[in-house]
Amino acid sequence: MRSPVAAVLTRDLALARGGGAGLGVVFFLIVVTLTPFAIGPDLALLRRIGPAILWLGALLATLLGLDRLLQADHEDGGLDLLHLAPASLGTLVAAKIFAHWLTTGLPLVLAAPLFGVMLDIASQGLGRVTIALLVGTPALACLGAVGAALTVGLRRGGLLVPVLILPLSIPVLIFGVAASGDGPEASGALMALAGLALGYAALGPFAAAGALKALRD
Amino acid sequence: MLRRGRLNLMTIPARRLAPPCGMTSASPMGLISAVSSLANPARFNAFASRATPWLVGATALVLGAGLYQGLFVAPADYQQGETVRIMFLHVPSAWLGMMGFVIMAIASVGVLVWKHPLADVSAKAAAPIGAAFTFLALATGSLWGKPMWGTWWVWDARLTSFLILFLMYLGLMALRSAIEEPSRAAKACAILTLVGSINIPIIKFSVDWWNTLHQPASVIRAGKPAMDSSILIPLLVCALGFTLLFLTLHLVAMRTELIRRRLRTLRITTAAAAFVPEPAE
Repeated sequence: MRSPVAAVLTRDLALARGGGAGLGVVFFLIVVTLTPFAIGPDLALLRRIGPAILWLGALLATLLGLDRLLQADHEDGGLDLLHLAPASLGTLVAAKIFAHWLTTGLPLVLAAPLFGVMLDIASQGLGRVTIALLVGTPALACLGAVGAALTVGLRRGGLLVPVLILPLSIPVLIFGVAASGDGPEASGALMALAGLALGYAALGPFAAAGALKALRD
Repeated sequence: MLRRGRLNLMTIPARRLAPPCGMTSASPMGLISAVSSLANPARFNAFASRATPWLVGATALVLGAGLYQGLFVAPADYQQGETVRIMFLHVPSAWLGMMGFVIMAIASVGVLVWKHPLADVSAKAAAPIGAAFTFLALATGSLWGKPMWGTWWVWDARLTSFLILFLMYLGLMALRSAIEEPSRAAKACAILTLVGSINIPIIKFSVDWWNTLHQPASVIRAGKPAMDSSILIPLLVCALGFTLLFLTLHLVAMRTELIRRRLRTLRITTAAAAFVPEPAE
């Protein structure tokens, strides 16, 4: 018999293959495309603020997609099965977050260098921003899972999750953008970002599971 | 007509008269037992109705004295002139904006751990008051910034942190209004408040770090001189007066919320009595 964690992982990955995973990347591309229209096609300016644009795009793409993390399971009754599963709910939520990140967060990270080229970021800068996104997007997913758990079953959940979670994601944004830059603080910021990611990965799934348990009808 | 005698017996849905079992044995913790004895909404109401006039009087006295001292008696700053008097509103508002969140965090522990029936009433009542004081701190900070910095808004570390605090208040209020069932709303808001209060030090630290990264130190008023007692004492009196104002508003808001909940239960029971046919006996 498969372990519950493996079952959740394979199920969520199989479901994500059905489509919808690419939507986040398209949204990310649209945010990057809109920026030059907003500030003008000045390549020098775009190069300077490029990492910031990539971070904002990735932040929005991650958090706007997160309301589906638990909502679909709530609708089809899968969430009740998770409550009954012979494993701690926190571990299962962590598995769900990991599957969600693999199918929505990782594509954003992989697309970031390509979109960075469009913003004329130099090759070293592309490497730095990609690594920073690789470290930072799991932190956003773990933080956002709490918001997704709190708004499960609400009709207005879609807009509510970003409103609740975006203020809390400011440290990730600050350290992520700093780690993407070429200043002397970049390596320290990457360490801080990794620390945040580990902290949120340790607490986020269990806070989300606590919310799911408390709010269970 | 509603039967008046019944009305007093109606309590909020999550009523729990006896203190939680673990707590009666811990009687040395006098504060906790005092707080849990107020768990009975009727007892709380009686306490609140007796305390409110005293609190209103004390607020008027202390806040009046503090504002008079601050706005008329305290000397103008030799650099900032009369504009320094905004401080007597700005600093206490900022303190209370933070205190509101602390009250909500403590109340949220009360909701989740002790399931104290008044904890959620307190948390819900504190949110708009805390948000209002945070907004007041932002608005007065902005008004103060215009003559000082020459602009209405500076992305200064403190102002930015307060803006984030304000956004968190708004998020909490949005979450509460999005959930219809009160007991679910209570738990969800309590969890979000605790997640937020764990995050607040991280946000504060990261915003400070970000600020030193982007702003030259000369913009920040470095090396502030020690505050003279002619300014410090009115400031402390103002802070005390604002705190009393907060407590008064909080107590009144809690009573209003209790009445609102009682009304809700009344409506539900009267509606049930009106529409459900009497079972045959």
